[in-house]
Order: sequence, then C-alpha cells, then structure tokens
Amino acid sequence: MTNKTSTSNKQTKEQKVSLFQKIRGNHKHQQYLFVYICLLLPIIFFLGIRILPTLFTFNVGFRDWNLLSSGPHPFVGLENYVALIKDEVFIKSVVNTIVYIVFGVFGQLLFGIIVALLLHKINRFVGFFRVIYFIPYVTSIVAISWVFQWILMGNGVINDLLINLGLPPQPFLNSPDQAIYVIIGAMIWQAIGFQMVLFLAGLENIPQMLYEAADIDGATPWQKFWHVTVPLLNPTIVFSAVIGTINFIQVSFTQVMNMSVDGSGGPLNSTITVVVYIYQLAFRQFDLGLASAATVLLFLFILALTLFQMKVLTRKFDY
Amino acid sequence: MLKKWHLALFSVLLIALLAACGDDESSDNNSDSDGDITIKYWQYEFASKVNLMDELIEEFEEANPGIKVEQTTFPYDNYNEQVAAQVPAGKGPDVINLFYGWVPSYVDAGYLQPLPQEDFPHDQIEDEFFPLVEATKMDGEYWTIPTAVRTAALFYNKDLFEEAGLDPNSPPETWDELADYAVQLTKKNGDRIEQSGLAWEPAQQGHHWLRDGLTLQAGGQVLSDDRKNVLWGDSDAGLEAFEYWLSFPTDLGTSEQGFYTDDVTAFVTEKAAMNIDGSFRIGTLQNDAPDLNYAVAPMPGKDQKSTNASFWTNGITKDVEGEKLEASVKFLNFLTSEDVMERWLDATGELPAKEAVAMQDKYVADEIYGAFINSLPFANAHFFVDETKERDLVIDAANKVLLEGMDKEEAFNELVEKTQALYDDYWSDK
Repeated sequence: MTNKTSTSNKQTKEQKVSLFQKIRGNHKHQQYLFVYICLLLPIIFFLGIRILPTLFTFNVGFRDWNLLSSGPHPFVGLENYVALIKDEVFIKSVVNTIVYIVFGVFGQLLFGIIVALLLHKINRFVGFFRVIYFIPYVTSIVAISWVFQWILMGNGVINDLLINLGLPPQPFLNSPDQAIYVIIGAMIWQAIGFQMVLFLAGLENIPQMLYEAADIDGATPWQKFWHVTVPLLNPTIVFSAVIGTINFIQVSFTQVMNMSVDGSGGPLNSTITVVVYIYQLAFRQFDLGLASAATVLLFLFILALTLFQMKVLTRKFDY
Repeated sequence: MLKKWHLALFSVLLIALLAACGDDESSDNNSDSDGDITIKYWQYEFASKVNLMDELIEEFEEANPGIKVEQTTFPYDNYNEQVAAQVPAGKGPDVINLFYGWVPSYVDAGYLQPLPQEDFPHDQIEDEFFPLVEATKMDGEYWTIPTAVRTAALFYNKDLFEEAGLDPNSPPETWDELADYAVQLTKKNGDRIEQSGLAWEPAQQGHHWLRDGLTLQAGGQVLSDDRKNVLWGDSDAGLEAFEYWLSFPTDLGTSEQGFYTDDVTAFVTEKAAMNIDGSFRIGTLQNDAPDLNYAVAPMPGKDQKSTNASFWTNGITKDVEGEKLEASVKFLNFLTSEDVMERWLDATGELPAKEAVAMQDKYVADEIYGAFINSLPFANAHFFVDETKERDLVIDAANKVLLEGMDKEEAFNELVEKTQALYDDYWSDK
C-alpha cells in the first residue's frame, strides 16, 4: 500500500522534486533513511560517551586540575607528564602492567589452547566440560578475588596443604615478590573459559582434509600441531592476544583492588597497575590533571601495543 | 504509512536524546512552587545514620516551616568520587557530611565556605566542643562542625582471656601489660600463628594507633602546633613508639598482617583475642557477632594517656548564599544541638561532640560506651593534609621492615622524611 501511494505521488508531482520530497516519495530512499537514522543514534552515543571525553582527557592532562574545584584550571604544559615520569610509583605501575600483560596474556593463550585442544578431541560430556571451564568467566570477579584471598591467606587451605606435605608455608598475597603472580594466576584461571571458546571456534574452522593429507605424508602429532593447527589458528591467536591484552589492562583493576592486601596495589606497590594508579590519582588525591596525563600515556601504550601485535603476530596464510 | 510511523518514532527519540544532553536548568532552582527553600544534604550510606537523619529531617521541617531538606547518600567507598563527579555539573549539596581527614583537601579546592562566625562563634565552639574539632580549623576559620565523634579503644574477647587464664575484668593498662597479654593470648603451631593475641593491621586503625596513640603516649609529637613541621622524629619517643608498634608482628610474634584477611574479621571469628578499633565498630559487632563475648577498655598507655579520635563533620558548600545559607545554618545548628547528639549516640553509637553532653553519668558509666567516652578528654585527631597518602606511608614503612627486612630506624626516618615532604608540598602554595 505504501508503495502504491508513493508511486502515485511521484507521478503527479514529477517536475518539482526537492530532496525532501524525493526521500519521502521513494520507497528505496525511505528505507535508506530508516537505516541511517538507526545507525545515527549509536554514533551520537559513541561520540558523546567515548570520543569527546577521550579528546577532553588530552586537554585536562595539560592543566593543573583539582577535581573538587570548579575554579580556573591553569594550563601547565607538560608539567604533569614530567611529574609522572619522575614518580616512582607510576614507573612501578607501568612495569607491573607490562608484567601482567606478558605473563597474563601468554598464560591465557597457552591454557586456552590446551583446554580447547583437549575438548576438541573428546566426544562425550563435551557440554559438561565446556560449562565447567566457562563458569569462572561469568562469575563475579569480586567474589572470586575474596575466595582466593581466603584460600591463600596465612592460615588458609593452601598453606595447610603445604605444611602437610612438609613444605614451608608461603606468604602469597602478603609478599611483594609473589603477590603479583598470584593475582595473574587468578586472572588467567578466570579467563581460560573465554579463550577456550575462541579457540574451539578457530579449531572447528580448520578443514579436516588438511590433517588427513598430513597423515598421508606421515606427519607426527607434534608436526601436525605446529605446521597445520598453529598457522591456521593464527587469526584467532592475534584476536585473542589483542582482546586479552586490552581486557587484562581493564580487569587488572577489579582484581587488584580486591586481592591486594591493602586494597590499593600493595604490599609496597608490588601489584599496582596503571589503571589502579589513575583511579587513585583522580579519586583519592583529586588530581585530575595527573590522572588524565597518565590516561593519555596509557592510551598511547595500548595503541602502540596493539599496532605491534598486529604487525608481529599477523601472518598471511592460505590452505 | 509504516515508514512515516518509523520516521516519527525516531524523530521523537532523537529529540528526547538531544534534550537529555542539554542543560536541565529547571531542576536546579532553589525554591519550588510554594516558595519553600530546599537544601540538599549529603552523607555516606550507613543504614543507622540514614534512618536517623530521615527522622531528624522530618522534625526539623516541622519546626521550620518553609524549609525542606533533601537527603542523598552514597556508599562510603565511592563517596569522594560521587562528590567530585557532581562538582563540574554544579549539582552538589548545600550541606555536606565529610570525614574530617578529607576537609583540608576540600578547603584547598575551594569547595567549602567557612562557617559564619556570627552563627558559630569561635569561643563558643572552643568552649563547648571537645578540642579535637580543631582539626578542621584552618586559616583561622572553622569550616565544619560535627554532631558526633569516635574514639579508639582496646576491644578484647572475654572468653579467650579466661581460656588463657587471664582475668577478663582487668584488661591491660600499660604497654608492658599489653605486650605480655598479647603473648599469653597467642597460640602457635611452630612458626605459624593459630590465634593472634592482638590483631595488627596498619591499613585499618593501625596507623591511627601509631600516630595519635603510641607516639603521644611515649611523650612524642607528630606535628608542630602550626601544622607545618613533622616533629615525629625529633625526640626518641617517635622511634620508641614505632618500634613498640612493630614488636607485635616481629619480636613478640603475636600478630600477623592480613591474619584472617583483616583485624575485624579475625576478632569477630575469635581468631584474634584483642584489637585496637574505633567506637564505630560496636554496631558491626552487634549485628555480625551478637554472641561474641567481648568488652572494651581504654587504650593502654605509657607515660601519658592518649588515643585516636576521628569524626564525620558537616560543612556548607561555597555557593550557598542568602535565604539558603540561613536555612543551612539553621539545619547545622539543629544537627549540633544537644538533643540530636544524645539521639545520635543511641542510634549510631557515635559519641557526642560536646563535652557537657558526652560526660553525663549515664554515658560515662555505660558498659560498652564508657571506655570510649572516658577516652575523649585525652583523644587526639591528627590533622591530615592527605589522609590516603599519610596512611600509605605508614603501611609502606611497616612493610619495608616486615617484608624487606629494613632496619626499623631507617624505615622510621624515611617515614618522617616522606611525611614532611607531603606537608611541605601542601604548604608551598599557601
């Protein structure tokens, strides 16, 4: 019916057609308009919530900006950046963040692939195992962090076990040397499920005939894994590594806040990450200028890291 | 036809979205249609305080027709964030409840206005309130005024005292006794503590205990009277207190940081026999551990008596003026009235900030509150330029000794030096 009306409209007023009438009159144009408006809303949202604040952060980073004061925020040039580079806690947080990413992402990928390969092989209880491995990923990080704290505390289950085995009890989260790896371990454990799903999808996309061809050529299982599975999983690995890295930078906040002994990256700042430090600068010390400068540095860091991963990890492949 | 309908719907949505982005001036009006003045009061979310405040507001509104009070609360953990987030939007409170240790930062940022002297004369405040309220007197002005204060004291588990053969009616009173009791109350399996004689957590009340308790008890001083110089390391008392404080997890072996995650958990689960904690913990203990057989004693002292005090306090934000300021002043006067102070103690367990109210016989003799009330005359509230950082410095000093084996004196000197640097930084632009 709509169609009919619009065509009749078109026929009667064909000479003077403004753009508006053209749009109104044409069914196809109407459809496009509808689609564009649908797309426009998220873009407005995206601009307002993501892009503009991000750009504004650059501005704030160059100013002496106390979060509680509504007064003037004088321009101070690179002062905030210089202060950050001289700040040993900030440097420590950057080093820690790199440790989190290197060990955490590598561990995630490694265990994700192992679990996916094992699950790919079995035919029974597949669903059951997938659920088991996926549950940690959908469990509250805060709850998990506190359970880990209780398990690992001086009088916790793990230390009981160690003593029963005749080993010395360990300080775990109370030790500046061990705490960061304990937290990374908890994060890896939680992320295995997500990586597993990605890798399972990747494995299922590898054509079976390649393995059959390799069998005919007399390849060992290791050769098949290394020369067939890994190259063909490459796109998944790149994606996982990039997503894992960004994810690690983000979630290292909640885990650190809830698992570190003093709730702010201790002991002795051994578990503090850049994100936790940014939070402290902004909302504990109210120094929005410093916090924004740190955020800009973090942004550049993530950008560089992502470009690096894309360059190094992406390789062309064909069957 | 269908398409027109779609177009209309999306135009409406788009307009709604744009409208939501625009400034909403109307909601910022001072008075509503009846000509009533509305003042906004913010405090952190603490059930008993929020409920009492609802009651108080109702009474205040009845007694003062034409004034409306709107209470907003935020969880303690992100209270500062919420306040800070509302500043740029210009939608903050008129009267705000703040932790006293944060007040210097807020004053520094120009967030508060001084309390009007004609309504809150200084000599009257200094006459009626405990001297510790001076912690928020800056630049010769009082910026905030509290309803209630809290002190720290020694919580101890009576059952565990009896089990260890100690008299639950004679708690330790001196440093030596405290150390001795802690040792007797500790149970160990090899090197591992199974029951801690004294919970010890620098990140909780531990750093306050060191600063306002032990250091002053030993005859030392943390800060000069003009609040510019850190005198902590000037006499031997500072180091003596620091060493005594650290002897519990080191030489005495009675305590452990993170023992059963934290001091409160350890005390509630009867894994720690004693704990230094504030009067604000009583409510938690009553709710979470109604069967816990505990008592409270004044903090053990040495040459002198001293304990830590802290308080949440009310200030007026800087843009409040005219009729609204008058209403805010009235509300503050109401909140600091004697009647409200008494009800505040009953409902929240926080102690009256006025000496005459607090030192009444019924409170001094109270089984639980007595120890806290009796500590008020010698309670001290350290002036913080940055509560978070000063706390972190104490935690770091303790960890350097405990985890990295640094010499106690070296760690203490570093603590003093770094604390002084904070004060130098704070005063540099004054």
